[in-house]
Amino acid sequence: MAADTAALIERIRRDPEFIALGRRRSRLAWSLSAAMAAIYFGFILLVAFAPGWLATPVGDGATTIGIPLGIGVILSAFVLTGLYVRRANRDFDPAIQRIIERLT
Amino acid sequence: MNVEAIVMFLIFVATTLVITRWAASRVRTASDFYAAGGGITGFQNGLAIAGDYMSAASFLGISGLVFASGFDGLIYSVGWLVGWPIVLFLIAEPLRNLGRYTFADVAAFRLQATPIRTLSAVGTLAVVAFYLIAQMVGAGKLIELLFGLPYFYAEIIVGVLMVTYVATGGMVATTWVQIIKACLLLGGATFMALAVLVYFSFSPDAMFEAATDAHPDGLSILGPGKLVNDPISAVSLGLALMFGTAGLPHILMRFFTVRDAKAARKSVLYATGFIGYFYILTFIIGFGAITLLMGDPSYFTAGDGGVHDRINGLIGGTNMAAVHLSKAVGGSLFLGFISAVAFATILAVVAGLTLAGASAVSHDLYANVFARGRTSETTEVRISKISAVVIGVVAIVLGYVFEKQNVAFMVGLAFAVAASCNFPVLLMSILWRGTTTRGAVAGGFAGLVSAVGMVLLSPAVWVKTFGFETAIFPYDSPALFSMTIAFLGIWLVSKLDRSAAADAERAAYEAQAVRSETGIGVGSAAAH
Repeated sequence: MAADTAALIERIRRDPEFIALGRRRSRLAWSLSAAMAAIYFGFILLVAFAPGWLATPVGDGATTIGIPLGIGVILSAFVLTGLYVRRANRDFDPAIQRIIERLT
Repeated sequence: MNVEAIVMFLIFVATTLVITRWAASRVRTASDFYAAGGGITGFQNGLAIAGDYMSAASFLGISGLVFASGFDGLIYSVGWLVGWPIVLFLIAEPLRNLGRYTFADVAAFRLQATPIRTLSAVGTLAVVAFYLIAQMVGAGKLIELLFGLPYFYAEIIVGVLMVTYVATGGMVATTWVQIIKACLLLGGATFMALAVLVYFSFSPDAMFEAATDAHPDGLSILGPGKLVNDPISAVSLGLALMFGTAGLPHILMRFFTVRDAKAARKSVLYATGFIGYFYILTFIIGFGAITLLMGDPSYFTAGDGGVHDRINGLIGGTNMAAVHLSKAVGGSLFLGFISAVAFATILAVVAGLTLAGASAVSHDLYANVFARGRTSETTEVRISKISAVVIGVVAIVLGYVFEKQNVAFMVGLAFAVAASCNFPVLLMSILWRGTTTRGAVAGGFAGLVSAVGMVLLSPAVWVKTFGFETAIFPYDSPALFSMTIAFLGIWLVSKLDRSAAADAERAAYEAQAVRSETGIGVGSAAAH
């Protein structure tokens, strides 16, 4: 059983479809991580360098630009996780299943 | 004495003890004890993660920060949240597919067990200790204030309950305590935020308008204030919050309680949703407290000439803003409910920390370093239970010793260590082929030591706690520097490592990557 698993892993490791899948997956993971970091650190740098702009009211109300922007960062975190989960469920999981079935 | 609060808290304790008894009857194997047998669903785990993460510090602390300085509170809550997507994108699935009970299982997958598990256990215990001290001291003061119980009794109650949950019910009990607490906290916070919004006919703008009228700082509370002074501090704090989340051992452990990578993913999605929603609520609660409390002298200690200090005069300090608001919107019954929820929140978080610490001692240090695998599951679980008791006693003692100290920096220190030791070692072992044992150990220890050292020499500790004139290290958050040291250390020492063991470790990377991506041969906690 253990030897079977080791052999299967060896076949998967060399499989072109698996290698392509690994690239797709890591490209998505790193792009989404970079997007999250850019959104967050963009917000932090605005806080550090443009506090006056963040404190400008939206329209004629009291609400300032910074408030919807901050809430937006919170929502973006949820949206980005949602994007990843959808892609993983629809693309990565079935692809891995196919590869394993083909090589077993 | 707050009778409603005590009654509601007793109901919570009774419920959780019944659950713990039920859990104890189901905990038979090591997998049941450490990982609830892998039988938690993605949704349940999402709630439990949210429960582990939404500490009393974040509920009372962030709403208190919003109360005191408005917009600045939002900067903090955003930082606490953005680590979650990173956890999902980079480590959640490999963690589930490669590990069984602790994150060291993953880091030591192809690296040498003894040094890596020792490092991970030290990193885990450091994070647990700092976080636990902050929680225990906060708990004692809060309970003293809310329930009128003496500080030392409060410490003992918290310590005894957390040890009871962990030592008898293991991960099953701990998980259900988290889930119940998460539901209570989300429910209570939702009610409070709704009450505030109803008061302003669902117009946030009217709420902000009223807040600027009530707050002594006026309009400036709607923009960035004093929290962030310079870009380096801001980025450094941001890094600690973002990546510290991905290195907290009690959070990482939660990924072993679900069946597979798909459930692990789902749990992060739910957790991010619940936590993000919760932070939006705390923002509304903070502003609600400004508008509804600041004009009412009954919530403040009287100042000179009958004029109260509208921020620091708040009875019990600014951290009590949410608690006072609960009375303002829901009367003494709801005040009792929120007080009991705050207590439950502390209990749930310290239980999670205790389990993480006990697992590091039994699974990493005892079973894999000391006994080198030559032990039985029964012995390992027994060691874990004994460790939980020891951690409980130590926590009570430390909580007592640190009573009069300023421990606000301890949570920051826990996040800094998590971001500079646990996270780099875990990430590099999963994602970089070139990582070797020597590299991981050197970089991980360098990150740990530099994070702790820089925090000790920082303004928050060196000046405000030790009372020296000027700080030796200029920034309160070391993460920008200590994380760089850790990652560079791992990279450089791994590159220079020419040993035969290092070649074997690099060669083992592809097989690890296959398991990590496919879940083949997953040491499933469910398979027993």
